[in-house]
Amino acid sequence: MIASLGSEQPDVRRAAFDALATAYWKAVFKYVRLKWNATADEAADLTQSFFLRAYEKAYFAGFDPERGRFRTYLRTCLDRFVAKVRQEHGRLKRGGAIEFVPFDFAEAESELQRQHTGDAVQELDAFFHREWLRSLFGLAVDRLRVACETGGHARRFTIFERYDLGDDESARPTYAVLASELAISVTDVTNELAAARREFRRVVLDVLREQCASDEEFEHEARALGSSRDL
Amino acid sequence: MISDRALDRLHGLIAVPDLSGTRYQLVSTLGRGGMATVYLARDTTLDREVALKVVDWTVDESSASRLAQEARILASLEHPGIVPVHDFGQLADGRLFYAMKRVRGVRLDRWAATRDVHERLGAFLRICDAVAFAHAHGVVHRDLKPENVMVGEFGEVLVLDWGIARVRGQSESSGLVAGTPDYMAPEQVRGERTVDERADVYALGTMLAGLAGPGERHKALLAITAKATSPDALDRYSSVDALRTDVSRFMAGLAVGAHHESVSDRLFRVVHRHRLAIALVLAYLAMRLLLLSVFQI
Repeated sequence: MIASLGSEQPDVRRAAFDALATAYWKAVFKYVRLKWNATADEAADLTQSFFLRAYEKAYFAGFDPERGRFRTYLRTCLDRFVAKVRQEHGRLKRGGAIEFVPFDFAEAESELQRQHTGDAVQELDAFFHREWLRSLFGLAVDRLRVACETGGHARRFTIFERYDLGDDESARPTYAVLASELAISVTDVTNELAAARREFRRVVLDVLREQCASDEEFEHEARALGSSRDL
Repeated sequence: MISDRALDRLHGLIAVPDLSGTRYQLVSTLGRGGMATVYLARDTTLDREVALKVVDWTVDESSASRLAQEARILASLEHPGIVPVHDFGQLADGRLFYAMKRVRGVRLDRWAATRDVHERLGAFLRICDAVAFAHAHGVVHRDLKPENVMVGEFGEVLVLDWGIARVRGQSESSGLVAGTPDYMAPEQVRGERTVDERADVYALGTMLAGLAGPGERHKALLAITAKATSPDALDRYSSVDALRTDVSRFMAGLAVGAHHESVSDRLFRVVHRHRLAIALVLAYLAMRLLLLSVFQI
């Protein structure tokens, strides 16, 4: 995806940019809200304008994978962009007729209100990383859902969703409860959940690979993702 | 939106191996390698600690099969200097793993920093024993280096990480370059198919140079190191046993095969080897001379 951002072919470049925006817009919006203390409306405008300007001015063409992560580079571009806009007293240059993937800012704002962002202002690096991770996993879950449904494994996704995606730990069903609800054996629940998790990991790798500029960056990111959680 | 709790859970699916259905419980992470992570775990059946080597989530199936080969190799090599394997299998999340003895000790390079040269060379001989044993069973380690050797409380050594070991007679595509550059024999760097026991001799020679220390000036030991690390495999020791014999002879103050001594070298070595006896004889003679001169007076 990152490599395609500099493509000579407009279709390829545009598709890559859409994918990039899909992966990052929510993290960008929330980051601008917190780091730059922007109102919801201002953050929405800044997010929209940032992606627009990045597309028009080919911000990301200067990214060198040898010098660091793309995510860090994007955030540096974003900070510079917002600082410049603020310097110009918030005058945003509206773009032409380019429409990206839809950004549901109302939903993003509602999410932000539900999140505990007390420490986020002190730990903006960690916050941005976590929001990116949330977006990465969100995309992977969406793809897994589609793959399960089209592959005739809707039940597999249901089990995964009930067991792994729930918010309330106390309401997490046991294997026996899931087996009873779905009229299958506990062994089937175990097997389906294991298969869904395997597939989820594979899809996460696919999405991550698309978001990295080089094999080296992908390997680095994947290893970091697999080792950054304490036991 | 994926909630914080679900986010942590999903991250856990990736970062932490799923040991459900096994007899093991994860305790902590011990170390990470090129394609796998080693965890400290508790074997709940036997109530003991073990080390679990689990393939990383990014590793594809064909690469993961190397872990299976490593487990089989280790299982075939029962030697006090080679870490024993207890179990092998596939986790619920699809990752391959094997359980091995939890090794307690320190890495060879860290251990060596606090020991004298005699102790260091003693440990080297024990490493040679383990590697020679593997060679006798047709296994070439191919990634020998201080980081892959642990030294226990009583000076016992354990050679670890047989992940890229090669079994004699097993086919392997040419061009595969695996190992650690500083310790890789030139033919291994070139990805040649002919890599054999002498690649391990080269790595051991490099380790020997490190264990001898940068200040080592002893011609015989330098000659052993030079022969073991010769760029041409044909000029090296033909086996680890031959290397071990030379180091052992050096430690005993005997002539070594790698070094052609001059008369003065030989005289110095013999004198050095028998220095205590020579010193006693000289002291005796000096005393006799003294007494003789006193008596004459």
